[in-house]
Amino acid sequence: MGVDLSVQLGPLRLKTPLMSASGCFGYGVEYAGVVDLASLGAVVVKGLFLNERDGHPPPRIVETPSGMLNAIGLQGIGVHRFVREKMPELRQLGATVIVNVCGTTVDEYVEVSKVLSDTEGVAALELNISCPNIKEGGISFGCSLAGTRRVVSAVRRATRLPIIPKLTPNVTDVASFAAAAEEAGADAVSLVNTFLAMAIDVEARRPKLSNGMGGLSGPAIRPIAVRMVYECARLVKIPVIGIGGIVSAADVLEFLIAGATAVQVGTANFVDPFIWGKLEAGLRSYLERHGIPRVADLVGSLQTGSAR
Amino acid sequence: MPVDAEAVVVSNTRLPGGYSVLEFRAPELAALAEPGQFVMVRASRCDAPLLRRPYSIFDLVRDPDGRPAGFTLLNKRVGVGSGLLYDAAPGAHFCCLGPLGRPFTLVAPPVEAWMVAGGVGLAPFATLAPALAARGVATTLFYGGRTSADIFCLDRFERHGVRVVTATEDGSLGERGRVTVPLQAALEAVPPERAVMVYACGPEPMLKAVADLATRFGRPSEVSMERHMGCGLGGCYSCVVRVKTQDGGSRYARTCIEGPVLRGDEVLWE
Repeated sequence: MGVDLSVQLGPLRLKTPLMSASGCFGYGVEYAGVVDLASLGAVVVKGLFLNERDGHPPPRIVETPSGMLNAIGLQGIGVHRFVREKMPELRQLGATVIVNVCGTTVDEYVEVSKVLSDTEGVAALELNISCPNIKEGGISFGCSLAGTRRVVSAVRRATRLPIIPKLTPNVTDVASFAAAAEEAGADAVSLVNTFLAMAIDVEARRPKLSNGMGGLSGPAIRPIAVRMVYECARLVKIPVIGIGGIVSAADVLEFLIAGATAVQVGTANFVDPFIWGKLEAGLRSYLERHGIPRVADLVGSLQTGSAR
Repeated sequence: MPVDAEAVVVSNTRLPGGYSVLEFRAPELAALAEPGQFVMVRASRCDAPLLRRPYSIFDLVRDPDGRPAGFTLLNKRVGVGSGLLYDAAPGAHFCCLGPLGRPFTLVAPPVEAWMVAGGVGLAPFATLAPALAARGVATTLFYGGRTSADIFCLDRFERHGVRVVTATEDGSLGERGRVTVPLQAALEAVPPERAVMVYACGPEPMLKAVADLATRFGRPSEVSMERHMGCGLGGCYSCVVRVKTQDGGSRYARTCIEGPVLRGDEVLWE
């Protein structure tokens, strides 16, 4: 039985629900030698500001139980170099490109979005209002409902591309942020970004990361992420993209059943860059085993009544 | 392009000081490897540890017909992952992603090669030495450790005609002091008309000292950098090292794809 893995993300049709998570896949081109980029639902590239950014000094990552902390600090080449140096190769490779847009001000989000709107081959914009590792911008917008509305509505006025605010879990009620993004004109929301966290070297009595704190990702956060996706999907009508600790097809299914239309994979891609084919095969085999023709039929199919 | 090999442990030879040499069968990976490259080893199929760790390829192993059959890694038991490798029995499988990274530049005669190693920093030189020997390059290994227990596998080098100079901080083997002591003496003694390339791998203070010495004596150097690494493929931006740019500034370079081998005079040492 052939099964249909395609999903509809607002105005955007994706071949599969599997996307790379921003910050975990470079600019995509780094992986061209090991992954057929065109086979992914979308390649979400590393967050871009208007200008180049240095990022934090190393050490930038540390492993923690079933996960890792990172404080990269959004090192990046800036949107203009990305358009010039990376987009031609991404287009040639047939990738569906979603660009993660960063800003220290609302104006910067708008400017970056305008540049990308004028760039052939960009399929959608993911708005990074949730990076825990930088001082200005990012999470400071994503931690306030007013800030979230301001960024999303300003970008909404500046582009016709689908916009996908990426939400932080470092708030009391993430679903209210999904609703605020929806009201402000978002086409979808993605969640979760990393959890602000810390690890300490007890011998030296110093933080293990040079930046002090960092963002926790990996399987450790998955159950919390699934809960948050479930809450958001119940509240908003726009599609939800689930992110958080996916390492297997069963994990993908968990997010889809909870209400995610698509998912992003981050940390697990570090462990296994060949994971994409395995996830896709696992999805197909599940759908065949359950006689479900379309993966989209699974979205939000959680049964909450009594099993008997 | 790298492969993710299901590498099988052929042998695991314990050495003093918590070190071991693991031999893996992985012909497809071995066929691609060059001196100075590394592999990302997954020590566990579960989440402890979750991430792979980078290891320099130590020896390249060939079958009786001379075809690439596998490789060895020099492991030191430090944390959970290296402990699992230290305890691994023959027949165990480990996912090894590689070969990765930029290899050493191979010099040719009349240029001489001086390899400077500290501790497990010996690893990449076990493949560099035979590659240089095959080109007829006169090669010296300067090898330092805290004590004689940190110095091993000298036969691997002597068999390829490498001149070996050892130094230990406690004087238990070779010269007393850091490896830079005999290196500096040699740099002072060698006449300028003899061209020398310095290769270094080991702890970062040693790499800085070696690179600075080489530059001071007008000799080119290449250093193999070690960093916390998340992916090995350029995806995570964890493993950066500060390098000089042509305009007099500096930038963070990813050691996994721009390195691990970098020019010694290009690194901006912290």
